[in-house]
Order: sequence, then C-alpha cells, then structure tokens
Amino acid sequence: MKLLYFAWVRQKAGVAEEDVTLPGDVRDVSGVISWLRTRGEGYEAAFCDLSVIRCAVDQEHGGFDTPVAGAAEIAFFPPVTGG
Amino acid sequence: MIRVQTEDFDIGAEVAALTAGRTDIGAIVTFSGLVRDANGGSVASMELEHYPGMTEKELARIEREANERWPLQASLVIHRVGKLLPGDNIVLVVAASAHRQAAFEAASFLMDYLKTRAPFWKREDTGGETRWVDARESDGVAAAKWKV
Repeated sequence: MKLLYFAWVRQKAGVAEEDVTLPGDVRDVSGVISWLRTRGEGYEAAFCDLSVIRCAVDQEHGGFDTPVAGAAEIAFFPPVTGG
Repeated sequence: MIRVQTEDFDIGAEVAALTAGRTDIGAIVTFSGLVRDANGGSVASMELEHYPGMTEKELARIEREANERWPLQASLVIHRVGKLLPGDNIVLVVAASAHRQAAFEAASFLMDYLKTRAPFWKREDTGGETRWVDARESDGVAAAKWKV
C-alpha cells in the first residue's frame, strides 16, 4: 500500500510517499494513524493534532473511520487552501 | 473542462475559446483569483502544492456537480501550481449559461467547492521564512450553504 503526505504533514513526517505493509489488525484510517505514530518522532509530530488532519483513500476524501482494506493509496494532508 | 498548470492563463483568450462558434450562450460569469500579499509587502512568493491525480478527479467532480445543478452551456476551471508571485493569476472559473442567474450561481458554487475540496495547499515565502497558509473557517461556511 502506498502512503502519501502533503504540505506540512509531509514536512513533519519527513517523507513524501512510501510503500508500506500495514499490520493485520489495522482496519481503518484511524488505525493507520495509530500505527504511523509508533514509527518515529516525525510521524508523532505530524499526527499529534488530528483536528487538522484530512485524508483521502484511493484519491477520494475520507474520514478516520474509512476502511482501508484493499486500498492502494492513502494520503494525509492539512485542510486544503487552494483557490 | 478542467486544467491544472504551471503556466499563466489569459482570461480573454479562455472565454473566446469557450464561446467560439456558439450562439446559445447568453451569459458568462468569470471569476479569477490572484496571489494576494495579505501581510503588506512581506510575501515574496507563494508555492502551490497539490495532489496529482486526486486534484484532477476532485475538480472534475466539482464541475460535474455544477453541471447537474445548473443548465450550463460550458464551464471551465483552471488552477495554477508551482511558484507564484503576488499579483499573479492563481485560479480561473468560467460558467456559461443561457441566462445570468445560473452562470452567477454556478461560478460561485465552483469556487466555494474548489476551496474546500480540491487538494491544493499554499505556502507563503516571506524571504527566508516559509509558512503554510491556514484554512479559513469562512470558506467552509461558504461551501456548506450549497448543501452537497
């Protein structure tokens, strides 16, 4: 599964994208975040305030309870600021 | 039609291309957004980051939604990415319809939804320091009134 990070989430995590194999007990986006936070200080810093974290599963806006089984790509980013 | 590009756009040329050879369009509303120096001279440049792939999908979805809600003859969304300077064009929305009301409303809807759904992020460079622009609550309120 591919994980992508954008804007300050990318900067704090210290990675733009990576291929990972999720632990078997991870079922939804919130599970992915909990797992990421165990992987180092950068992830911990990126995901310490979930009120400013948005996500997309397979390029569709999702929520923390969106299932991730079978997903090819999950992205994490701050609230969008285009336009 | 949607486009994500680093190049500038010419509003007149885009409108001319949209209306060429057509006589069914009675109203065109265009909105263009510019890079604004909100801090009075301190912003040297702005970097527009986006999520290639999802950006195009979201813009296409937003445009499709507008076309389902209003009888549009044509619509266009252009968003620039990469490095931009204060005063530069950043976004263009064009809505063409038989009558003005649909064109006004669709253009407004397209912008409100683009601002809250399309995966773009602005980073201001103040010459030595960079700062990610925070999302505005008022943009969420503006989008919510359309009740998608």
